Amino acid sequence: MSLQAANLECVRGRRLLFRDVSFSLGAGELVRIAGDNGSGKTSLIRILCGLLSPSAGEVRWNGEPIAELREEYSTQLVYLGHAPALKDDLTAAENLSFARRIAGHDADQNLVRDALATLGLANPDMPVKKLSQGQRRRVALARLALPDAPPLWLLDEPFAALDPNAARGVERLIEEHRSRGGAVAYTTHQPSGIDAGVTRVVTLGGLA
Amino acid sequence: MFATARAVVERDLLLALRRKSDIGIALLFFVIVTSLFPLGVGAEPNLLRSIAPGVIWVAALLASMLSLDRLFAADHADGTLEQMLLAGAPLGVIAVAKVLAHWLVAGLPLVVLAPLIALQYDLAPALYGTLALSLALGTPVLSMVGAIGAALTLGLRGGGILLSLLVLPLYVPVLIMGAGSVELASAGLSPAGQLLLLAAALVAAAAFAPWAIAAALRISTE
Repeated sequence: MSLQAANLECVRGRRLLFRDVSFSLGAGELVRIAGDNGSGKTSLIRILCGLLSPSAGEVRWNGEPIAELREEYSTQLVYLGHAPALKDDLTAAENLSFARRIAGHDADQNLVRDALATLGLANPDMPVKKLSQGQRRRVALARLALPDAPPLWLLDEPFAALDPNAARGVERLIEEHRSRGGAVAYTTHQPSGIDAGVTRVVTLGGLA
Repeated sequence: MFATARAVVERDLLLALRRKSDIGIALLFFVIVTSLFPLGVGAEPNLLRSIAPGVIWVAALLASMLSLDRLFAADHADGTLEQMLLAGAPLGVIAVAKVLAHWLVAGLPLVVLAPLIALQYDLAPALYGTLALSLALGTPVLSMVGAIGAALTLGLRGGGILLSLLVLPLYVPVLIMGAGSVELASAGLSPAGQLLLLAAALVAAAAFAPWAIAAALRISTE
């Protein structure tokens, strides 16, 4: 398993966010994407997912350009963006079940409830609109606690809005995923317990 | 692949059931608009019978447009659309699922309700079948064409107005064929030709719309 970013360049509007960004991410590795606000961290994560096309360069998964792999690549990753991808009118369990089902898995309620419990959500049947921002984030992050989570995790600010306990829980999930041979790339503004164990840091910025 | 599509349809229907106003507003709009015409033009049966197909079809067309701008916007705003783009199924399949759910919520109730509305216009009971069939064939086309517009205008400021300007001209052939089929039947002629044209439009839309919606969504979400 290997993700390679080769000479990536990103232009948003007329603004060059970054250029010549290259790195690789292999099994068991952890890459931190660092940079100031507006330096292009989210854009880089979205490029790595295939949601955004780079202005130059390409992303390869096991040597193949992801633009050619499309759905085959999508099934290999979990992407968590700024927006939690939750519906206010559905319960936490229903939201997570839907996330599993569109990823091609069954909606095993035991797995769903276990994953939510791992993130400390005591009431999975409560509508998401009644949850706090931090609890919503936990519901979104519960996808990481599912036993059949894909090998590549691309996480945009995974610790945002989390309390220290929940952040430690997510750190633990990331470490367990790495120990199973998974790969993780993440952006963060705040120091976290996994920073010390990163394989490499990709720093953006300096072009503005 | 089809499990993903089924998940999308079931979720959208569940959301519609939880937010009943989404269904109610379109239906209420349809009922109110069609009820205003007899009040405005008078209760002369021949006049009402002659305008019925056009009025019912125009009202159905506008009612199905009401919820179009929300077809992808809510999923776009909360990040669900990005997760759908990264689902293991082709985006075209997910687009079809979204359109199907939209039609079940915004189109099918109009098909069911139309014969009741036709009562107000003194339309002959023999024409109810043609009216319902024309709407059953035409409203899915409206949903598919509308979905292309909704995907193209996703995230744009003033997208709702732009969506109307984009989509309404494309609705005209469906309107002409749909209303025309009922008019032909009311004149004692066979509506088969118009209905077959509507069916052909449905097949063509089903073949091309998923691809177009998927392409538009990819452009709009970049």
